[in-house]
Order: sequence, then C-alpha cells, then structure tokens
Amino acid sequence: MGWSLIRLWTILVYLFMFLPVAVVVLLSFNASQFGSFPMTGLSFRWFIELANNDAILRAFQTSLILGALTAVISTTLGVLASLALVRYTVPGSNLISTCLIAPILVPEVVLAVALLLFLNFLSINKSFFLLLMGHVIFTLPFVILVVQARLVGIRRDMEEAALSLGASPIQTFFQITLPLLAPAVFAGMLFAFTISFDDITGTLFWKPGGVETVPTQIFAMLRNSISPEINALGSVMIALTVGLPLLGAAIARRMAIKRGG
Amino acid sequence: MSAVTLTDIVKRFGSFTALHQTSLEIPEGNFVTLLGPSGCGKTTTLRMIAGLLDPTEGEIKIKGKRMNDVPIHKRNLGLVFQNYALFPHKTVAENIAFGLKYRGVSKADAEEKVKTALDLVQLPHVGDRYPKALSGGQQQRIALARAIVIEPDVLLLDEPLSALDANLREDMRVELKRIQHRIGVTTVFVTHDQSEALALSDHVVVMSNGRVEQIGAPEEVYNTPASEFVASFLGTSNILPAQCLDLDGTEVSLDVPDLGRLSIPKSRAPKLDRKGPVKFVVRAEKVTLSTDGSASQDGITTKGTIEAVDYQGQAARYFVRVGAHQMQVINMIDQHPFAEGDTVSVHLRGRDCTALPGNQE
Repeated sequence: MGWSLIRLWTILVYLFMFLPVAVVVLLSFNASQFGSFPMTGLSFRWFIELANNDAILRAFQTSLILGALTAVISTTLGVLASLALVRYTVPGSNLISTCLIAPILVPEVVLAVALLLFLNFLSINKSFFLLLMGHVIFTLPFVILVVQARLVGIRRDMEEAALSLGASPIQTFFQITLPLLAPAVFAGMLFAFTISFDDITGTLFWKPGGVETVPTQIFAMLRNSISPEINALGSVMIALTVGLPLLGAAIARRMAIKRGG
Repeated sequence: MSAVTLTDIVKRFGSFTALHQTSLEIPEGNFVTLLGPSGCGKTTTLRMIAGLLDPTEGEIKIKGKRMNDVPIHKRNLGLVFQNYALFPHKTVAENIAFGLKYRGVSKADAEEKVKTALDLVQLPHVGDRYPKALSGGQQQRIALARAIVIEPDVLLLDEPLSALDANLREDMRVELKRIQHRIGVTTVFVTHDQSEALALSDHVVVMSNGRVEQIGAPEEVYNTPASEFVASFLGTSNILPAQCLDLDGTEVSLDVPDLGRLSIPKSRAPKLDRKGPVKFVVRAEKVTLSTDGSASQDGITTKGTIEAVDYQGQAARYFVRVGAHQMQVINMIDQHPFAEGDTVSVHLRGRDCTALPGNQE
C-alpha cells in the first residue's frame, strides 16, 4: 500500500517535470496554424519555416560560436586552475578556490548586473568579447569542479614515473596527465557548452545591441506572439542539450572499452 | 667509484626534521636496503636520490656527478613504486618503451629492447595488453621492466612488494634478486619488512626517527646490532640490563641478573669500552629450552617457567619467566611443544649474545 503510493507519487513528479517538454516536442509536429492543441496533423512545416528564418539562423550561429568559444576558453582555464590548485602549493589556494566556484553560488542576476555596472564604471562598451567573458565566468566553476575531482584521483606517482623515465614536466602533462584527465576535460567542455548555449539571464544583460542568441531570440519572439515555430525551435534545443551529453557519455565509454575497461 | 654518495644530507619540512644529518655511500652494483618503520626517513631519502624532493642541506652525487640541481627527468634513474604506477592508457609495450622515446632510441631498437625486457621479467606475451588486464604481480614485473629497460644508473624501489599478497611477495623477492644479479644495476630498496631486507641486500641501512642506526651486511646487522633499536626491530630479541665486570681485547665478562655470569667475545660487543652497566642482548632463537637439567660445557643454564606458548607449526614461541624477567624464546618443536606451566632449563651460549653500552636510551 505504502509502496504503491510512493510509486504513484514518483510518476506524478516525473509527469510534472517532463510533460511540458513532451508537449512542446509533440506540438512542434502539429500542422495547425496555432501552436496549441488540438493537433490537426503531423507535419515538418514548422521546422522548414525555422530553417528559412534568417533571424533564428543568425541567432543559432551566434549561440554555437559563443558556446564553442566559451567551452574552449573555460576548459583551458579550468584545467590550468585545477592543476595549480591540486598539484602545487599555492598561497591562499582556499580563497582562490572559493572565488573560482563563487559564480555558481551568486544568483545569476546579481552577477549579471554587477558585471554590467563594472563595465559601465570602466566606460567599456558592451561587445561580443565581453559577452563571451561573462559566459566564461559562470561556466568556469563547473569545469573546475569536474576536472579537480578527476585530478585528485590521478595518482601523483604515475606522473613521477613518467618524469623518472626522462619525460620533461610538459611532456609528462601531455603524455600522461592530460590523457588520463580527458574524460573530465570532455565532460567539462560539454557542460560549459550547454550552459552557455541555453543561458538567458546573463546574456540579456551583456549582449551588445543587434546580437541575439537562441534563447534571447525565443524570448524576443514570445513577446510578440506564440508562434508554432517556437515549438520547433524548442524541440531542436532539447535535442541538442540532451543529445550532446549522451553522445559525450557514449564516446567516453567507447574510449574506456578500448583501454581494456 | 660509488654509484650514489650522500654527504651530510638533511631534510626538514618546516620545523620537522624528516632526516637528520646523514652520509651514505652506495657502491656500484650493490643492492642496498633502507629498512625501518614508517616515518623513519627511508622514503624521504629515496625521494631525494630520485630528485622528487630537494635536500635542505648536503650534497647528492650519482656516479660522481653532483645532482642537487638536476631535475628528476635528467637523472637517468629507474623508479618502481608500491602501486606499480603503470600508465593505464598505454599498452604494456608502450609503457615499457616510454622511457626509450626520450633517449633517442630508434623504433626498431626500442621494440627489441622491450622484447628483451619482457623476457627478463618472464612475461613475453603480454606486450599488447593493457595494464588493467594483468594481475598485481604481473603489473609489478612490468613496472620493473619499464624501469630497467632504460639502463638506469641507479634502480630505486619504493616498497615494491608491499602491495602483493604474502605468497606472491616471496616469489617476487626471488625474482627481483635474480633480475638484479643478472643486470648488475645498483639498487636502492626501501622497505619496512625485515625479511625482505635480509634476503635481498648486500647492505642494510637500518633507520629510525630520521637517523641511520646501523649500516652493514645482513648478517652483521642481525648478529651484531649496534643499538637497542636495531636489536628489537630485526627479529625478536631479549634485552636485559647487565653489568660488565671486565673486558679486554678478546672477551667481555658480564653479570646478568637472574641468569648468571658469562663471557662473550669482544667482537660481538664492539661498542663496549668500559666496565659498568650494559644492555645484554640475546635473540629469541638463540636460547634453548630443554627438560633435562644437564649443564652444558659453555654458557649459562638456569631454570625457567613457561608462561605462554605461541604455536607456529614447525617452531613455537615461548614466553619464559626467569626470575624477574620474561624472556621470549623461539625453538624448533621436537615432537611436542612445551606446555604452559612447565619448568624448563634455559640455556644460552656466550658467543650467541651481544652487549651494548648501557647508557644509551
């Protein structure tokens, strides 16, 4: 009796979480003029319209470039910071660590406004580069957390063994540490990309005029009307943000099997 | 020429001194063991020779060249760790060939050397497997192969057998000795296991609390311990307070309370230089117990009572009450071990005993 109640409750929770997503995906295939029920037929019409919408395509391109750059910069900085914090004794490492993780703890609006005011104070104009830096700031903690956790698990004696065999510290990093760190680096990169790709709060504050990312574009479109195109765009976003990590996990598993897992 | 020379090495971590002033010479081709309990400074010493730690004071020379400021990857050393430290993302052959890459060895030569190394550790067919697919003992052999294939000036082994289970450990011990003999590389071995140290070494360096207690051949440190620590750390010893009555160049006369008077050769007590209080040391297996009270020609015989028996199969360890002392005695078992409460004759010979100056702690 008790268990079946818990089971029912669990199902309800999942429905509450995933039903809206399912509805969006379902409606994106609706042939009707309006982005709502009832369904009048199955159609790819809205996806085709989406592909012909210049504003959305431009936003898509911006988001992809922004996400990719954020991922690369964030991961590079994150790996370097983790190495310094885990492998070396840095004075004030606790404080540095806290500062690097802090952007997760501070509400994004606060961070966004603070950065904006700071730029104002320095009389620096908004630009794509600063938007990118903003994204790096709040994706960095995720990369650092993932990479640090993995780095702690890589025993120092493997690096010492490589050094003793004649590899310089830099060769040791690229031959031993980085390959062993790869799954975490990869995961951190995906994190950074997905977080950047669907961020809206910070982006709204930081984006220079005329630049739209996918989320801000959707937001702008919603202000006018609810077009069925948005359903289609939503479906694409869901496929991307769910699909990428799954793909990443699959690749990581493949790599592990190759190593005699 | 010495392969490794440490001169007045000191290592401090903040206010803690891990290694007090130590000098050590390791002759070419020697197998030297640093033996001691954890925290005695043996691993610190090894890591300084390896270049993983910088000495606070003193000089390290390898093959006559000062090494203090030479980073580890330019020292040409073979290093083997307790946890193997094989690279999990490289095959066994790639692991072994790793050091050859940085020594300008051609691909064909490297392949040949890897094959020879795998033959040497008796694992010729595992080259294209990954380390995970091997057992612990096999992994440690590969780690050894990886360290010796680069023909290091010195082979450094940091408790390489400790992670293996007991039977395997003894097999690997024999194997290690065989390989070291075969290639003749100077080897520094760190362990807390006295049987490994005694079985493998040309010289044993017994360490305690960051100081060298004694350096000598295994027999020497076992038979003639230079300090109470060495006597009690290697094997089981009975250490009793005694009086030195007389001494000359060949003999030392002792009076051991509850046991009696006996003479020991001066060569067994080289540190003794005056009469007075001394520490009398006799190994548990050098004391013989018997039921008949027949006094033998040399040494002393006295009565004792068995208080406890620790049965070990072919031998037994007895705790024997002799006057005010409880002595430990390890004897082979002849038919039946003695039982608790038995009264026995306790016999020991002067030439099996040693004495240390009594004023040391």
